Amino acid sequence: MTNTPFTSIAEVAAGMADAGYLADEGLATAVFLALSMGRPLLLEGEPGVGKTEVAKALSARTGGELIRLQCYEGLDAAQALYEWDYPRQLLHLRTAEAAGTIGTNVAEVENELYSERFLIRRPLLDAISSRHVVAPVLLIDELDRADDEFEAFLLEMLADNAVTIPEIGTFRAAIAPIVVITSNRTRDVHDALKRRCLYHWVEHPDLDRELAIVSLRVPGANEVLARQVSLLVAELRTIGLFKPPGVAETIDWVMALTALGKTAIDADSVEASLGAVVKYREDAERVRAHGIPALVESAQRQR
Amino acid sequence: MANDGIIGLVELLRMASLTIPVSSTVAFVEAAGLLGTDLRSVYWAGRATLAHSPAEIALYDLVFRNWILGSEIALTDLAPVAGESLVVGDEDNGDSDQPDTSEAESDDTQLLRFSRTETLRAMDFAALSEEERAESDRAIAEMRVVAITRKSQRRQRSNRRGGDLDLRRSIRESLRTGGEPMRLRTRHRSRVPRRVVILADVSGSMTTYSRPLLRFAHAAVNARAKVEAFAVGTRVTRLTRELTTRDPDEAMRRATASVPDWSGGTRLGEGIGRFNDEYGTKGMARGAIVVILSDGWDRGDAKQLASEMERLSRVAYRIVWANPLKASEGYAPLARGMAAALPFIDEFIEGHSLDSLDRLSDIISDSSPRPLRSAGLRTLKEVDR
Repeated sequence: MTNTPFTSIAEVAAGMADAGYLADEGLATAVFLALSMGRPLLLEGEPGVGKTEVAKALSARTGGELIRLQCYEGLDAAQALYEWDYPRQLLHLRTAEAAGTIGTNVAEVENELYSERFLIRRPLLDAISSRHVVAPVLLIDELDRADDEFEAFLLEMLADNAVTIPEIGTFRAAIAPIVVITSNRTRDVHDALKRRCLYHWVEHPDLDRELAIVSLRVPGANEVLARQVSLLVAELRTIGLFKPPGVAETIDWVMALTALGKTAIDADSVEASLGAVVKYREDAERVRAHGIPALVESAQRQR
Repeated sequence: MANDGIIGLVELLRMASLTIPVSSTVAFVEAAGLLGTDLRSVYWAGRATLAHSPAEIALYDLVFRNWILGSEIALTDLAPVAGESLVVGDEDNGDSDQPDTSEAESDDTQLLRFSRTETLRAMDFAALSEEERAESDRAIAEMRVVAITRKSQRRQRSNRRGGDLDLRRSIRESLRTGGEPMRLRTRHRSRVPRRVVILADVSGSMTTYSRPLLRFAHAAVNARAKVEAFAVGTRVTRLTRELTTRDPDEAMRRATASVPDWSGGTRLGEGIGRFNDEYGTKGMARGAIVVILSDGWDRGDAKQLASEMERLSRVAYRIVWANPLKASEGYAPLARGMAAALPFIDEFIEGHSLDSLDRLSDIISDSSPRPLRSAGLRTLKEVDR
């Protein structure tokens, strides 16, 4: 249906791995289907499991430009779709006035003012712009942060790959963008939008995958260190922290310890760099109460 | 496997109370066509197109297993929802063992009925007869809940002075005057109502009181307030969606049907912790007015309740705790759970009668500046230590 660069699920997985993202079977399948069916991909999951990275990897692999729209409360059409370049419009008006053309043909001046020349393209409009040679990757990040109303005009854009600007007309994408939407589920995304999308729930990776991700992302890290940290993080996810560490934290931690010149973990360096992986005071206390030396020891024992 | 074969899976999912519109079925068939017809492909094709949340994925996995095993009998286990709603209905009728007073009072004049409503307002929900309960339900349905507002990021045009320049409008208007901006138009931050989050304890002792509170939530939803409602028991169940129908009885039926542990035991600390993890600290409770209905009898660890309440209090704008026991004379919040939670509560009310729900409505719309966590309550905590 669309210009997908992949012909099989295995190719998706391999392609994304080239771009530094190790996808499991479910995610690779969902990506493959989304691209083949020309539908948006809706990714949900705990913070830090790598939802946003999917879009970045897709962009790196396909060569399509990554266009990112970070959602927040109060996000409206002027920031998501388009806005007029008012200072330039004013300047233009002044110039026309000085040249003395404004009195003769008002309609023409007004038409000029609302032409593409003075249009500022925001991410959604930019994604369907005709300037793209390769399908761009449109990342709509943390959709749950935006208001309900935003979903309504997003839906229109996703359904037709088109945006209507009253003063000019309808822009339609020549090349449909690859759309990746992420949500942290602070509120439910509307059903209508969900139905348009292919859905995937992104899980924390298992130990082997996490280890593979770490060695891919922190090439200089000691293998023993990477393994011990992955084990330790996996353990931390089970002790009931308010904010269990994600893959992003594992990577940060390995980077931090590598920067400290470590080739294996020890209680002191774990204690010192705990802030890289645990972000709440209560969580840090819980980890300490659990006993850092014991945690370190158990990670060192497992091979 | 032919298309009608895989559509059997859709049928089964629908039987297991998953909502699947035709458009999703079409997407499913298309996806399966792309992936292949082996079981693994069909599984992933269905999962990406038919299930849209972790809960739905769990249900999907169960149904899929049943589908390949060809055993439809086990499906009855998958729909506890329908079964439980029946039980709840029965319980409702069974509650009416109080003497039916409707016959004796059917001749009452309008005036008498009015005064009866007045007394009804102060009556404990637990003491209401079937007829009185219906009347109180109607009164709750008429309550109008308006939450206090906060500044929004959204800007609105206005004719007030000050604010930010609205270039779009200023320029448009300047066209009329030959490009001369005669009047500068401005925009102001608009105000939006704060979200109200209701956490209703649905353990056995609280059933009588959680029902009226959920009706209150329903009235608020209908008044277009931003309300989220949760049943907190051993699990946390989101009821917001169930409360959106116009008909309060239908809304209540759906809400009670969707709570798996209606009238189960309470581990309040654990329940509030779940809420914090899954919704609260992620953003739902941020800047919100949180209303907790519970008697504070917590079978779990009081320390856990205290630390979860602390977490909640750090993100919430205001925490209101409604405890029906507070209405009884000589009540002191000595139950371990209640005592642990007190330091983090802004308002401590009864929530046992229509009057106290009115009070709740007042608190929700009270725009006086945010109170410090009440000093009196803090002292109590220190006494307790």
